[in-house]
Amino acid sequence: MFSGFMVNTWIAATMVAVIAGVVGFFVVLRGSAFAAHAIPHGSFGGAAGAVLIGANTILGLGIFAVGGALGIGWLSRRGRHDVATALALVLMLGLGALFLSFSVEYAAAVYSLLFGEVLGVPGDDLLPMAGLGVACILAVAVLYRPLLLTSITPEVAEARGVRPGRIETGFLLVVALATTMTVPVVGVLLMFSLMIGPAATARSFTHSPLRAIALSVAIALAIVWFGIAVAYLTNYPVGFFVGTLGAVSYACARVWMAWRSRAVGASPGLGNSRPDLTAPLSPAAPPGR
Amino acid sequence: MSQVLNAIFAPGFFASDPVRAGLVVGAVVALVTGAVGVFTVIRGQAFAGHALGEVGSAGGSLAFLSGTNPLWGYMGIAVVAAGLMEVLGVHRPRARDVATGLVLGAGLGFAALFLYLDTTSSSTTGVTVTILFGSLFTISQPMLPSIVVLSTIALVVIASCYRMLLLSSLSPELAAVRGVPVRAVAIAYLVIMAVAVSLAAETIGTILATALLVGPPATALRLTKRPGGAMAVAGLIGVAAVWIGIVLAYDSFYWPPVDHGWPVSFFVVAMVFVFYLGAGMVAALGRARRDRRVGTLLAMGESGCEPHVDADAA
Repeated sequence: MFSGFMVNTWIAATMVAVIAGVVGFFVVLRGSAFAAHAIPHGSFGGAAGAVLIGANTILGLGIFAVGGALGIGWLSRRGRHDVATALALVLMLGLGALFLSFSVEYAAAVYSLLFGEVLGVPGDDLLPMAGLGVACILAVAVLYRPLLLTSITPEVAEARGVRPGRIETGFLLVVALATTMTVPVVGVLLMFSLMIGPAATARSFTHSPLRAIALSVAIALAIVWFGIAVAYLTNYPVGFFVGTLGAVSYACARVWMAWRSRAVGASPGLGNSRPDLTAPLSPAAPPGR
Repeated sequence: MSQVLNAIFAPGFFASDPVRAGLVVGAVVALVTGAVGVFTVIRGQAFAGHALGEVGSAGGSLAFLSGTNPLWGYMGIAVVAAGLMEVLGVHRPRARDVATGLVLGAGLGFAALFLYLDTTSSSTTGVTVTILFGSLFTISQPMLPSIVVLSTIALVVIASCYRMLLLSSLSPELAAVRGVPVRAVAIAYLVIMAVAVSLAAETIGTILATALLVGPPATALRLTKRPGGAMAVAGLIGVAAVWIGIVLAYDSFYWPPVDHGWPVSFFVVAMVFVFYLGAGMVAALGRARRDRRVGTLLAMGESGCEPHVDADAA
């Protein structure tokens, strides 16, 4: 399990989990799970196109991911955000279906692109992955304050001169970056699950952003490591473990919080102070976002 | 005349059984998703709609594994997923996003497992592509009656609780004050959406299910503000997109590369997108004309230092 070719997988998976944990915190905070699903899923079309013309898959993924992020940003300037995301997604997938029908590449490759491939990380990919990962973390660090501000108190952000549209597009580009580097390991369909499950779980436990990010990274690491180990032993797709464990960890967090708040609620004096743990830090989202 | 017709409809178009089934089923599905989708767009549930279609593919692959009818697989899983989303808190505006995402992630995880088992148990490697991408030209004829019946049920339910649904979509508070059971209506709508989307996902593929659920209704809502009218317009746009897509896909057998048709999903999605952008332009033109009229009125009434007048002159 730790021999030769598997070392690449472990390194790649660790990078994937760190990036997913960090970016995922903001995905959950901003309520942009749909975009986080649509950008990787849609970038599948780019990978199919790259295979068709014999180019590097990661290049195709990257072009479609960035194009999708910009497209969602552009479409949602005139229209609802979720409608824009859905339309950008189906357009990219439609192109993917077109490329796929022309190429001779067969179903096994498609499957591993969609659901991840544990044994499929060539050593040459590690350096570009690391580069993209560092770029991702740097971008999040630069955008950290405006991102938090526009997510939590949009009014204050606007009063301070932060342009929410630009921050949103910048954030979507970060998601696109993260997607490009992580998709070859986890697969386009399950990447977003690794962003949402751990981050949502972490946010049930703490309201401090930095602590939540750290916890989210830790949970993502646990899920990915466990998933790869079991996938290696059983031969089942790694996407199955990543997808279901994300939901399971969140369910456990919810149950634990409910149990704890009942224990707290039973003691006198603390009765009604239970906060709604699933509610975001912000009081209300602006309609139509 | 016949030459023109021949240029549009390649020879053999109307004689082909898959084409005829595709035209009928595509139209039925487009009408249902158009009507259901207007509320999806108004309620901001496009993500949930898309998720239900994709999660349904887990049911489709499970049905393939166990040899049952895929339609029931899609629908069963989609309805279960709708229930799970509701339990996790899809009714609270900001928890909705995460709840939908988690259910979608778990569903896709199971789809990965079932598809893996499908490919290992039957050694038909194409099943992944078939289930996830689907095609209008592979509809099985015996399914037609159940598709029509389920579509009718979905439309009847939408029509019978139209007023409650509209009120609770536009203003949940007002609806609650008026005595509308908002939560029950939300659950009923989620189930109807699950039925409509899984119907579409099974017959025409998950890509087109999302495209038809969101695209034509959003287009219609750009053209008319009345929900009832928008449902009809969305249905018509959806049918037009599907039929034009089928014609183009059939014609594409004569396009390069030779003897290889282009996928119908691509054409339908492209048409949906073109309609959406076109409606945006029409709506913008209408707005500009209204602004100009208001501007002229202001110029006649007032002294003329209103910003509208400046905008008009520019």
